[in-house]
Amino acid sequence: MSTDQITAKRVSTDNTSANNISTNHTKTKHISVKRYLPDSSTETFWQEYDLPVDDSTSLLDALNHIKEQLDSTLSYRWSCRMAICGSCGVMVNGIPKLGCKTFLRDYEGDIRIEPLAHFPVQRDLVVDMAIFLEHLAAVKPYLIDDNPVKPYDPNAPETYRQTPEQLERYKQFANCINCGLCYSACPQFGLNQEFLGPAALTLAHRYNLDSRDSGKKERMAELNRHDGVWSCTFVGFCSKVCPKNVDPAAAVNQGKVEAAKHTLIALFKG
Amino acid sequence: MQQRDFDIVIVGGGGAGLRAAIAAAEHAKEHKTPQRIALLSKVYPMRSHTVAAEGGAAAVTSPEDSHQAHFDDTVSGGDWLVEQGVVDYFVHHAYQELVQMERWGCPWSRKDDGEVQVRRFGGMKTARTWFAADKTGFHMLHTLFQTSLKYPEIERFDEYFVLDLAVHEGAVIGVIALEIATGELILLRTKAVVLATGGAGRLFRFNTNAGIVTGDGMAMAYRHGVALRDMEFVQYHPTGLPGSGILITEACRGEGGILLNKDGYRYLQDYGLGPETPLGKPENKYMELGPRDKLSQAFWQEQQAGRTGKYGDSDVVYLDLRHLGEKTILERLPFICELAKSYVNVDPVKEPIPIRPAVHYTMGGIETNPQCETTIAGLYAAGECASVGLHGANRLGSNSLSELLVFGRLAGEQASQRAAQTEWADERLLEAQGDRQQAKLLRLCDGTGSAENWVELKHAMVQAMESGCGIYRTEEGMRHSLDTMRELRARFNKVRVNDTSKIFNTELLECLELECGLDIAEASCLGALERRESRGAHQRLDEGMQKRDDVNYLKHSQVFYQGDAHAELRWQDVDVRFSAPAERAYGDAGKGSKA
Repeated sequence: MSTDQITAKRVSTDNTSANNISTNHTKTKHISVKRYLPDSSTETFWQEYDLPVDDSTSLLDALNHIKEQLDSTLSYRWSCRMAICGSCGVMVNGIPKLGCKTFLRDYEGDIRIEPLAHFPVQRDLVVDMAIFLEHLAAVKPYLIDDNPVKPYDPNAPETYRQTPEQLERYKQFANCINCGLCYSACPQFGLNQEFLGPAALTLAHRYNLDSRDSGKKERMAELNRHDGVWSCTFVGFCSKVCPKNVDPAAAVNQGKVEAAKHTLIALFKG
Repeated sequence: MQQRDFDIVIVGGGGAGLRAAIAAAEHAKEHKTPQRIALLSKVYPMRSHTVAAEGGAAAVTSPEDSHQAHFDDTVSGGDWLVEQGVVDYFVHHAYQELVQMERWGCPWSRKDDGEVQVRRFGGMKTARTWFAADKTGFHMLHTLFQTSLKYPEIERFDEYFVLDLAVHEGAVIGVIALEIATGELILLRTKAVVLATGGAGRLFRFNTNAGIVTGDGMAMAYRHGVALRDMEFVQYHPTGLPGSGILITEACRGEGGILLNKDGYRYLQDYGLGPETPLGKPENKYMELGPRDKLSQAFWQEQQAGRTGKYGDSDVVYLDLRHLGEKTILERLPFICELAKSYVNVDPVKEPIPIRPAVHYTMGGIETNPQCETTIAGLYAAGECASVGLHGANRLGSNSLSELLVFGRLAGEQASQRAAQTEWADERLLEAQGDRQQAKLLRLCDGTGSAENWVELKHAMVQAMESGCGIYRTEEGMRHSLDTMRELRARFNKVRVNDTSKIFNTELLECLELECGLDIAEASCLGALERRESRGAHQRLDEGMQKRDDVNYLKHSQVFYQGDAHAELRWQDVDVRFSAPAERAYGDAGKGSKA
């Protein structure tokens, strides 16, 4: 593959296409995609595509159109196309977005698509999420209840009680889809990959707030490190880009209060 | 080629796969036999399609409910094509699994007193569906994924595409997988494999399913001689968004939402589901709470009669939630509001949502016995990829999330038990099978240029499935679809990928998925053509075949792979030990029947 810019010809889409672009009211849009093909070159390059769009065309529809009609070598992740699986995060004109929830009708001029910022790029729009997964796992994101009043017994199964008010305390923070947009928005994560980051801290907070959980102490050790809550400088961009309104900035800062309350000493050790 | 050994290999990181992995780990611990478990998934586990399930998970919960009632609903919902012993096991184990999820932290919606709340669902006699707002699958999947992180014995292989099973003398001995990030193959030698690879909704053009739902696991087992059972039964969900097919949950109707045609008329009363229930007072098994097959069929009838509206190019009817009020809608159905606003620019608080039926669920799948084991020793299957016999001709909403827990756990435990009693196979056997897969990939990527275009083949497949195997079917339409699949399978041999690179080659993956799809689409078409009756989701317009025919077709279809030759079909008896086939009725017509 040459690293020259290639302009693909517009190809019309017929009704039988499995993707989502109908023939009605289509106009042509121009998008630029940052390519990286490590099998053939260590250089990145911009590639230009013209494609037909209508009012319903999402960026993901556009990428699928490119893949099927214009250039089958373009690689990106996607799956549910309804903003719940968290696969299709990319930078759109420098802002982290879900491809499936970004509509081309909302963009007048150039549309420049890049892989999510702050993660190593594997190929084209695909980034390496390994560090993100490690951070999630580090905060023990599961219910810890070492001495339950009644242990779970499949032969006499009994739930905990949890009132709607108790559920409400953590519900918002349980809505994270792990898309990673907040890591691309976070300047601190950009500087220091060891920073646990917005999603992992939010997840820890979600379990800490759960009335059924008693694992806060165990999680605090991780949260209270320098690379835990204290790395956050409260820029708040994470919450702005969150496609599910989880508000990680609030979680992190409530986490700071908790961390300070619990082990002030760790602050000075950090 | 790298080779690793694991006592158990689980393929698929959705609800069933994660539940199986945890169950295997717990089982091994309990029996003091340390076991290594590999969990392979072509996507990160939390991307799996379980994430998109919305409405809830069924289990007998309230004191007024009974196992018998859940059994009867499921058997009649499946039009008696279910394995009744399996249903009996299921209804008796669903509740404990939902409680287990609660104990792992699943944020189930609650009543004021702190007890778990249940909602109504279609085809269920009483409210027994547990839910977490309208993101039940999402919360279950994340709870399972996060809980799985507690088990160091589970080693994840995220973004590994499993190419094939290694089978020797009737027993599974390993899997061959492609590491997507590098393009390298890896061999995993094992004593037991659980397939939990999900359904095949992407065989159809218009569907509610994620792009990954391509039936890979079904094809893998099928190519090794395991029967695909009841593949002609494909569920159309009555409420998908026009254009995209995005799912609008049945919980909308469980909460009291109504369906209107273009004249604002609640048309379901004309299709054996009435009489009309008062607004805001939904009644189980009436009107909008009928089963999915009947509701999708009613849409088709309205469409034929010219009583559907238009949204863009799509014929639609309308799902009206407005009378529920803003508070209930936002509390119970927040995701639906988000989806309707984003994808059809409708605020359900203020306007009815345009909807139409979309392919949603594969009732059939890899045939297993009631213990989730296939005819290959050590090979298990659970969840949507499997046909353990729970759903028959039509699945009831909210039975599948419970299914993946009940049978995911059972499959995991069975696999663990088998692994404890089995010796390792000779590793050279695995190497030979690995070499065959490598050769196949090299051929696909040989750079000689493609005589056939995979995109064209894919579009031809999804188009033919939709036109021939839709809500209503004809002999001629199905014959044409079957012929098309056979022709496309032959043409696939000439497909080459343009992208010959190794790192994250998604074109190669799409081709491999298409090849799987074509194999199982043939099975689906063959089952459909040969079933000369109407039952559940399989409805024929052909003369003399518009009714259920228990004399000739109270049988499961089994389709067997024959390589490049045409697939073969056999019939298998159905387990009807508890409940003799009876008329399936809803609304007032169903009042007297026990289900």
